[in-house]
Amino acid sequence: MSEITPDDVEHIANLARLEFSRQELDQFQGNLKRILDYISKLNQLDTDDVPPTSHVLPIRNVTKTDEVIQRYDRQQILANAPSQEKGYFEVPKIIE
Amino acid sequence: MPPLNQLTAHELHKRLKSREITSVELTESVFDRINNVDDSIKGYITLTQDIALEQAATADEAFDRGDQTSLLTGIPIALKDVICTQNVLTTCGSRILGNFVSPYDATVMHKLNAHKTVMIGKTNMDEFAMGSSTENSAFFTTRNPWNLETIPGGSSGGSAAVVAADEAIISLGSDTGGSIRQPASLCGVVGMKPTYGRVSRFGLIAFASSLDQIGPLTKDVTDCAITHNVICGHDQMDSTSANLPVPDFTNSLINDVNGIKIGIPTQYFSQGIDPEVETSVRSAIELLEKLGASTEEVSLPHTDYAIATYYIIAPAEASANLARYDGVRYGLRTEHIDNIIDMYRKTRSQGFGDEVKRRIMLGTYSLSSGYYDAYYLKAQKVRTLIKQDFDQAFEKVDVLITPTSPTPAFKIGERTDDPLQMYLSDIFTTPSSLAGLPGISVPCGLTGSGLPIGLQILAAPFEEEKIFQVAYTFEQNTDHHQKKPKL
Repeated sequence: MSEITPDDVEHIANLARLEFSRQELDQFQGNLKRILDYISKLNQLDTDDVPPTSHVLPIRNVTKTDEVIQRYDRQQILANAPSQEKGYFEVPKIIE
Repeated sequence: MPPLNQLTAHELHKRLKSREITSVELTESVFDRINNVDDSIKGYITLTQDIALEQAATADEAFDRGDQTSLLTGIPIALKDVICTQNVLTTCGSRILGNFVSPYDATVMHKLNAHKTVMIGKTNMDEFAMGSSTENSAFFTTRNPWNLETIPGGSSGGSAAVVAADEAIISLGSDTGGSIRQPASLCGVVGMKPTYGRVSRFGLIAFASSLDQIGPLTKDVTDCAITHNVICGHDQMDSTSANLPVPDFTNSLINDVNGIKIGIPTQYFSQGIDPEVETSVRSAIELLEKLGASTEEVSLPHTDYAIATYYIIAPAEASANLARYDGVRYGLRTEHIDNIIDMYRKTRSQGFGDEVKRRIMLGTYSLSSGYYDAYYLKAQKVRTLIKQDFDQAFEKVDVLITPTSPTPAFKIGERTDDPLQMYLSDIFTTPSSLAGLPGISVPCGLTGSGLPIGLQILAAPFEEEKIFQVAYTFEQNTDHHQKKPKL
């Protein structure tokens, strides 16, 4: 596990679609470094032969019948949209 | 006779059923209490008085007609604001959902509605359930009813405080790494985190999907079992919901621990634990021994790695779950934007608080290219080791008893500058969350300065019945649960 740099923090912020001022970036770098230092204690454990647990229940591929259930009407769902037009969610132009 | 709002659901049920009281009177007594104390407690984000009075009247009609009713019919219940409630504001303690009116009910709401319960309102919480004090709420900090200068715990701090202050009879919270048990402990109420998979997560706003569970906060163990009966069960709408029969948990309210084997994990009584907490929990264990339980020390050697594991897994899942808040379909969208990427960035940066951003950043980092094996995969492997510790312990004992929180309630502002210190508040609850175990916190004493202390009882997956039996026996032989804060 390596040291987190200011460039890393900026890169991660971009991936997460967050933006920060210079001062906030410094603060986050400090916080993250301290947390990652703490987390690095996991390296004390040899886990080469240990299988990962992604889920505690022995559940796999839960399926159900493929049928359309009309639970909600369109207007009800759109009522929370910041912007809507003609029954669709409206967003800023994405193709120039 | 104490005011109605101070009673438990099972006491109130008898009087509702005999028509000695009405649900409308009961609901009004709860709102009177809220009007008197919630300015200082700040437990609620939203109150739903009109809905409540209407539901109370409907419950009364059911009793009057002699319709089939249940132990929760007409009982005023508060809901953590992470649970979707149709046509009612559901903010998750966040600015980004500050105007979100849920178009649907969570499965637990359907279940409560089927029992004709009364919805009092939505309780305050740390934003997106990330925190241990409610100080991360975008709106305000809830106060601990036992001492208004201290935090109520979190993230279900509002749900714990309103039950402790008799501003609700029962509440629901959610627990990811301790968010029901820790505030229950700090506010002197009973709080249960069910086995992962017991309660449907449909309509629970997602934080960390492999850990989140909804559970009850109540004034005693009986109310906890009654509520657990109602909210558990398989649900097609949640693919991680366990398709197993749900027993009647009230059958486990047995005042007897003869033959029960209690394990005491040595790692939970080591450094960092407040001496008053340790004394109180140890004397609770001695009492259970006197009542016929046997005890033995057990070792959970990977306990010390749980917080580190949790703070990889939970933020990683959160960073994926919270990607949906982009200003497109619901919630906040900021103005003055240049293009769609700019809209995502500005909306998320203005809508999320610092702790949520910190966890999104941490989770994005640990899942990002080149770091996945070192962090996320490593944590999943250690999660296996933590789970195996518990599996081995439960081969020898029926339940484990530990303190719920290493300290009683701390002062507002005391840990806000140090995220890691705040994370360590959950040191005794995160290991069992990672293993998916059920756990309860029950009151077991007060500190010299009058703050509640909680005892945690853990069992193997889907063995809540053992927890209820031990918790009930402890409660029947003590009076900690009857103590009330002076407000």
